Amino acid sequence: MTDTNYTYAVARIRALEVTLFSNATIDQLMACRTYEECLQFIADKGWGDSDTGLNAEAMLTREEEKIWEVMREMRVDMSVFDVLSYPNQFHNLKAAIKEVCTETVNPGIFYDDCEIGGEEMLEIIRNKDFIRLPDNMQAAAKEAYDTLLHTRDGQLCDVIIDRATMEAVYEAGRQAKDDIMKNYAEDTVAIADIKIAVRSAKTAKSIEFMRRAMAQCASLSVDQLSKAALAGEAAIAEYLLGTAYAGGAEALKESPSAFERWCDNRVIQTIQPQKYKAFTIGPLVAYVLARQNEIKTVRIILSGKQNGFPDDAIRERVREMYV
Amino acid sequence: MSELGIVYALLGAALAVLLAGAGSAIGVGIAGQAAAGVVTEDPSKFAKVLIMQLLPGTQGIYGLLVGFLTLSKIGLIGGGAANLDPKTGLMILAACLPIGIVGLISGKYQGMTSAAAIGIVAKKPDQFGKAMLFPAMVETYAILALLISIIAVTGIQV
Repeated sequence: MTDTNYTYAVARIRALEVTLFSNATIDQLMACRTYEECLQFIADKGWGDSDTGLNAEAMLTREEEKIWEVMREMRVDMSVFDVLSYPNQFHNLKAAIKEVCTETVNPGIFYDDCEIGGEEMLEIIRNKDFIRLPDNMQAAAKEAYDTLLHTRDGQLCDVIIDRATMEAVYEAGRQAKDDIMKNYAEDTVAIADIKIAVRSAKTAKSIEFMRRAMAQCASLSVDQLSKAALAGEAAIAEYLLGTAYAGGAEALKESPSAFERWCDNRVIQTIQPQKYKAFTIGPLVAYVLARQNEIKTVRIILSGKQNGFPDDAIRERVREMYV
Repeated sequence: MSELGIVYALLGAALAVLLAGAGSAIGVGIAGQAAAGVVTEDPSKFAKVLIMQLLPGTQGIYGLLVGFLTLSKIGLIGGGAANLDPKTGLMILAACLPIGIVGLISGKYQGMTSAAAIGIVAKKPDQFGKAMLFPAMVETYAILALLISIIAVTGIQV
């Protein structure tokens, strides 16, 4: 029987989708001559609130907060968004381990709209109370903590936590009922592996490093990808041509920013069918991803305008919109 | 034994009202959730989504109509109860089933189609007319069942 639990939420999302930026809106934003004009443009579109004024970072942060406020208002089971929230959750773990091990304090490095906020995460790490962490985080937290404490190798600490993040995302996707979550998790892990391969090829990392850093997924062979990375970027592109990520191979040949854009555009293409679903969680997840993509694109444009980049250079980095 | 006929006939009237009414209640409920979702963000669309929400409500009215016809037929409205034999009672029960069963199923699915059509209105209010056609198509089958139930109930000789 079709699940109609999300009927209210999906209809509300449909009404909200009208306010999402289209490609034409992004073109209008690009047409603004100055950084200040861009800020005024997004403020006129309702971005930020009375407290943020025309402060770009405050406006973008407020927009990110609005996404989750809407989801919470709709009283949906927030665990369905685990696939999306794990990266922030594991980021908090990484930041806390680094702060504790290096005995430094860096304000503003934590995401607070997570299951475990910055302060709580710091307390857990300081007390080595790893048992309080979710099951999929405990082993990685302990290993990363011990590694950083004994070797002072920050990159190795990152590798351990990043891989655990991808494994958690993949497992959450595998257990999800909806295809959108499965596909998103698959793409996220595969794209992360491709990025590791590209960076490893550029920095001449060993195959052992790559195997340790990459997470297993169904659509790519970690073994073949890491072997291709040893041979260089051209070999990675050649390997990708035979996979579902052939478009990424073309983008890789073009430029690193084109590849980054392709990665985000692929996510947007994956969620496009959710525009036509009426009773599943899919449209809600698609809305969250579309809003995050929109905020990222606006951030890129604002940053480009602020630093005086030519329009062509900014446009190369502009992502496709969901609507 | 002689009262069994009227019991069957009354059961038919009850099923027509009960099943078709339940279908409408489910359908209107589903469409109402979607309508509420849209109005939360855009109250100006209230009138349009309200019409969409009401579409699955007709099955309940059809069931009520067949229920009234049946009660009138067996004399429970406007006169003394007819002395029905069990065979005639069962025939009246069978005549009530089309609107009861089809009303239940079509009410639910019309509600779901209305909810989906409310999504169209949320994004493209100018397409209201086209959006309304989709749930209206489901209505066709409730009307067909209503016709058969009315013809059958009125055609049975008491």
